[in-house]
Amino acid sequence: MILVLVEVSPAGEAIETSREAVTFARDLSAAGGGVPIDAVVVGSPDDALVKTLATHGVRRVHALTGPAYDAFSGAAWAAGLMAVREKAGAVVVMAAGTPRGNEVLAHVGARTGAPMAANVISFGGLSPFTVTRQVVGGAALEEMQLGMRPAIFSVAGHAVEASAADVPGDGELVVETPEVADADLVARVVSTEEPAPDLSGALKSARVVVGAGRGAGSADGFGELLELAELLDAPLGVSRVVTSLGWRPHHEQVGQTGSRISPDLYIPCGISGAIQHWAGCSSAKAILAINSDPDAPMVTKATHAVIGDLHEIVPAINEEIRRRRAG
Amino acid sequence: MTNPLVCVKRVVDSSSEVVLTEDGQGVDGRFAGFTMSAHEECAVEIAVQVAAADGGAASVMTLGDADSVEQLRAALAVGCTSATHVQADSQAYGPADVAREIAAVVRDHEAAGTPHELVLLGNDAADSGDFQVGIRLAYELGWPVVNGVTHVSVSDGEVTASGAGPDGHETFRLPLPAVVTILEGGVEPRYPSVPGRMKAKKAPIEEREPSAEPVGPSRVRLVLPPPSPSSVEILGEGAAAAPAVVDLFEQLGVLSR
Amino acid sequence: MAEVPATADVVVIGAGIVGNSLVHHLTRLGWKNVVQIDKGALPNPGGSTGHASNFIFTVDHSREITDITLDSVAQYKEMGVFTESGGFEIARTEERMEELRRRMSSAKAWGIESELVSPAFVKEKVPFIEEDQFIGAFWTPGVGVVDSLRAGTIMRERALATGELTVVPTVEVTGLDTEDGPHGTRRITRVRTTGGDIEAKTVVIAAGVWSPKLGDMAGISIPLTPAVHQMISVGPCPQLAEKEGEISFPIVRDMDTFCYERQHGADMEVGSYAHRAILHEPEDIPSIEQAKLSPTEMPFTADDFDPQLEQAYELMPELLGAEGAEQRYAINGLLSLTCDGNPILGESEVAGLWTAAAVWIKEGPGVGRAVAEWMTHGHSEIDLHHSNIARFHDHQKRREHTRLRTTESFIKTYGIVHPAEQYESDRDQRKAPMHDSQSKLGAVFFEAAGWERPFWYESNAGLVEQYGDAVMPREHEWDSRWWNPIINAEHLRMREAAAVIDLSAFCIFDIEGPEALDVVQGTCVAQCDVAVGKVIYTPVLDAKGGFLSDLTVMRLGDDHFRVVTGGAHGMADRAWFSGHLPESGTTTLTDSTDTVDTIGIWGPKAREVLASLTSDDVSDEGFGFLTCREITVSTGAGDLTVLASRISYVGDLGWELYVPMAQGADLWEALLEAGAPHGVIPAGIGVYGTTGRIEKGYRAFGAELDAERSIIEAGMQRPKVKAADFVGKEAYLAQRDAEPQAILCTLTVDDHTSASGVKRYMLGGEPILTRDGGSLTDGHGHHPYVTSAGSAPSLGKHVLLAYLPVDQATIGNELAVSYMEELYPVTVGSIDATPLLDPSNERLR
Repeated sequence: MILVLVEVSPAGEAIETSREAVTFARDLSAAGGGVPIDAVVVGSPDDALVKTLATHGVRRVHALTGPAYDAFSGAAWAAGLMAVREKAGAVVVMAAGTPRGNEVLAHVGARTGAPMAANVISFGGLSPFTVTRQVVGGAALEEMQLGMRPAIFSVAGHAVEASAADVPGDGELVVETPEVADADLVARVVSTEEPAPDLSGALKSARVVVGAGRGAGSADGFGELLELAELLDAPLGVSRVVTSLGWRPHHEQVGQTGSRISPDLYIPCGISGAIQHWAGCSSAKAILAINSDPDAPMVTKATHAVIGDLHEIVPAINEEIRRRRAG
Repeated sequence: MTNPLVCVKRVVDSSSEVVLTEDGQGVDGRFAGFTMSAHEECAVEIAVQVAAADGGAASVMTLGDADSVEQLRAALAVGCTSATHVQADSQAYGPADVAREIAAVVRDHEAAGTPHELVLLGNDAADSGDFQVGIRLAYELGWPVVNGVTHVSVSDGEVTASGAGPDGHETFRLPLPAVVTILEGGVEPRYPSVPGRMKAKKAPIEEREPSAEPVGPSRVRLVLPPPSPSSVEILGEGAAAAPAVVDLFEQLGVLSR
Repeated sequence: MAEVPATADVVVIGAGIVGNSLVHHLTRLGWKNVVQIDKGALPNPGGSTGHASNFIFTVDHSREITDITLDSVAQYKEMGVFTESGGFEIARTEERMEELRRRMSSAKAWGIESELVSPAFVKEKVPFIEEDQFIGAFWTPGVGVVDSLRAGTIMRERALATGELTVVPTVEVTGLDTEDGPHGTRRITRVRTTGGDIEAKTVVIAAGVWSPKLGDMAGISIPLTPAVHQMISVGPCPQLAEKEGEISFPIVRDMDTFCYERQHGADMEVGSYAHRAILHEPEDIPSIEQAKLSPTEMPFTADDFDPQLEQAYELMPELLGAEGAEQRYAINGLLSLTCDGNPILGESEVAGLWTAAAVWIKEGPGVGRAVAEWMTHGHSEIDLHHSNIARFHDHQKRREHTRLRTTESFIKTYGIVHPAEQYESDRDQRKAPMHDSQSKLGAVFFEAAGWERPFWYESNAGLVEQYGDAVMPREHEWDSRWWNPIINAEHLRMREAAAVIDLSAFCIFDIEGPEALDVVQGTCVAQCDVAVGKVIYTPVLDAKGGFLSDLTVMRLGDDHFRVVTGGAHGMADRAWFSGHLPESGTTTLTDSTDTVDTIGIWGPKAREVLASLTSDDVSDEGFGFLTCREITVSTGAGDLTVLASRISYVGDLGWELYVPMAQGADLWEALLEAGAPHGVIPAGIGVYGTTGRIEKGYRAFGAELDAERSIIEAGMQRPKVKAADFVGKEAYLAQRDAEPQAILCTLTVDDHTSASGVKRYMLGGEPILTRDGGSLTDGHGHHPYVTSAGSAPSLGKHVLLAYLPVDQATIGNELAVSYMEELYPVTVGSIDATPLLDPSNERLR
């Protein structure tokens, strides 16, 4: 049996990355000759959720319930997953490659002593059980063997497209109330607040973001970029090089380890577009790259681009905006 | 007094095109250079702040080759006061191996009368991206673990850690000792000052051998993903492209009046 | 994006400071259809220009580099990108103070305002410096910083404005095609790029650290190595932040720690030349995509920098330790180094393929102008012979040689380098056939063109005592470093008996064929249409009448001329003559340097010694001065056929003797053996190159003679000019009709006693002033300086050569030389080629 941890949104729906993980599990199931797929959810799923999962090919939906699951604890979630796995005999334990998915699987790995592979994008064979996963923020791929059972891995976002199964699963709901040790509840969320308006908050929710990279030239080279940002009512986002040179504060950083943004328009100026940065901005709907190098990755990955020195182009854009507004 | 131990890893700086080593077992750092992961830079900053808040001392450790001492010195230069170097080829160590070695250091330091109540790690290493060393360490030590937070403070024997969760900003509060893994974004890691760097140069480093043979990372090899095709529309060159750019703004409806 | 054009009159590869300056000056000089390409994007394509610290100290001990630097400063100023900050070079030791005094000599010689100042003076201008860390400083108010990227853009835009330039960035060169010409020569035909091919007859490689890789594409060696210069930036420092602009405080070069501190806005940049030499291969430089910052900003290796950090902190603790001042930027920046420290400029052995590489920011615009002039007119206003790519001998073209030499010299970037200092690495490249014998004689070897040449022989040490004070011993360590009184003892014995001198390092090439006479007539000033068996001494000029060389030519047959020239400059001479061979291919140039050995014997006993070894007539009647012919010389190993040439560079009777290399040792032994009863000794190049020739006022190329000097001013004009045409004739004729602006004079030092009582001996490069220390200026606006200095043991004087203003060039005129910031009286002894010793040349007969 393949056991998939499915995360549920505040609205009670299975998140997309979890549905992708279930879709991924179906290929694995087929390769293994039709191994059944069970899902584990935390809390009490509504019928629609169970039905959705069945559509994706899930045989049973194990719902972890009880006071231990009122607030998040990675250890408690793992304890529940372990209990289901022991009862039903899972040979594979999976989750979405989300922060929570990876965290819970790491607990499972520690509890079973088996290796755990994060952010898998494909599997290469069952014996040995070989997966390919993203490393270095997706800039490289690692082929990795999972020699022990259960095979534990998370599925990277967008590794597959979530889809309904040709043959739906039974979608049987099983309510589980596993014993959870007190020790597993020590590290538990004690309060959840609306995200405080932290320094990088504006970036994550902005419709337009103006980006700036090494091409700004120096700490003094951001004047016209900030002006463009103001004209577009957009926050400034910068590449890692810019913060590591101390030109701009860290909270403005967009990237794998900075803020991940998803604006309607991202305008990276003088950013070469290394994978580190791309990881943080690839969800933008449109990208207008301004760069002197037409071969820069940011240009080739963008939807639109202007080639040249940002210090000539950006002032011209600012002027054009002001001109149209005046006119 | 809180005496945190922060764990760092020497990794290739991945802010440029990634080049693999010839054996496909790692990333080649000769062009981009080496650094510690960004999450770990923040973990170091938090360790230094936590120690400073109540008069404790922050320690740093790494597992790596002789060159990884550079990352220990980087942490010493920004406020850590002691360092431990487990001499080993980090590529030959899987997450469980690393967790075991950190645990050995924690236990030995406790036995030596310099215990750590708090162990801080990055949420995941910038190269291997395993997302699990901190958690496996917690199981080795039998301590609780909070994962992927951006803010940490300690008072009255309790650690308060918080960060972004799927439902909002989540706060954890638990008694020490504990393991906490850090995500970048909550603190601004400081840069070394000249006196800091000079102090770091002179600080003694505890050199030690690994406690056991590694099981290994289960890695077969690394490969580079294929390049993605480009469909970019070039609007023009230089300042002359400004009208086309503003046309695009209008078309996308991002140009408010 | 601009397309790569299919053809160009000239392609400039590189858009750093050099390439940008080149396209500007080429279009200014009338070049059409100029194409500039770079693999990077503009304005900063990622080479060394992009991370340069951009400051310029103008004083260098080399006149060539100083002139290029001064021209660059003028160009930067004209473009409005120069900010004057002033600069200090501080000394922590007395030895360094002495070096700074020597720098004062260079400053005065090149006419640059500088002074030696106290720590308090420095503190006044740099308040955050610790006065007790140093004892004095060299202050140059004209030091400043430039914006080299902006300058590049301005120069490119000026070139674009002519309508003759096409700039294509982000295009990488993939190949350089050549075609074969006559005499095994090759010519550039095409530049292959990732954006298409460009047909071009002229191409310039101005690609900085990548140049060797491009050279390889055309099969030429551009022997430079990318090397690391470490730099960190610390800030914000409140002391700097409160000032407006990029730079308000003078730059400090901490010479004894090989560091500099340069303000950059609120940050202080600390750069180091103190670390181990960290060299890279051009192939190992990352691509733009692979590099974290840029290809030439390599990852910082902190361990290498730590000692410098500490020294910088000692010097400026309040600034570098200021609250909030952090180290945020640190690089191992790549720059280009060469085996002799000079740039690599000029046309390569592939016709039409030029180089302009290993150039620093301080030299960029000046190099661009000079190379553009050279490409346009065949010569440049500033003499570039020390930088000519043609200077390299084969052993110097190897990457390993460059690596070893730059490893040795890197640490000397701010070092105290004696003018005669010898390299230790990669020696023994070329050994004379009698090398073993010389070693047994205790020869002290100096290097010349890779050859190991005895400078003096310890076996002659006994003569020092014999001649006593006549050897003019030097008391001061600096004056006597790389020197020995044995040289002067050897000299005296040569004048008294004779000396045998190893001249294996001579460059020899034979020009043979039906047009051989035309070739030498067309390149040499002297009449070459002479009888077979005549020896000709001649200047070689460029088109504007400046010296390219001075050398001897022997007519060995109707269609055979042998050219003999100094080793150091021989490769450039060979290239010049090769370039003047006719296209027909029937006349050839053969390099005989490695197959023919040269040994000299001079002195009153020379004829007697030679006569004892040959039955040929070597009498003055039978073997006249300036003639050559084959004689048979008996040696212990049998009879040798020797080409003897009666000529002298030391002012005594004697011959240059040419034999096949394999027989050199036999001839050497025979001469020494036959000479021994007459008191003949082996003598080193110390005699041949300095003492012997300076007594006779003989000029040396590279010292008195270079492309900025004329025959007239050097006092070497003959009564008549030959009818045949030759390069530079028109200019030479004009020079003869014009008044000279300076005159080469011979001076003697009247009193060597310094203030401390120690006698001091000048080594060359010192300024000549009025007796009371006043400045002199010649008609060119130049200030006189010592071009050569050396003992004249037979005169008992220390002799200096210098070009003086015309009104100062009078015999007996009393002037002064400044040495280590003290004045010594000198008197003009000769105002033309008339030698101080034996003016009627009796000794040559």
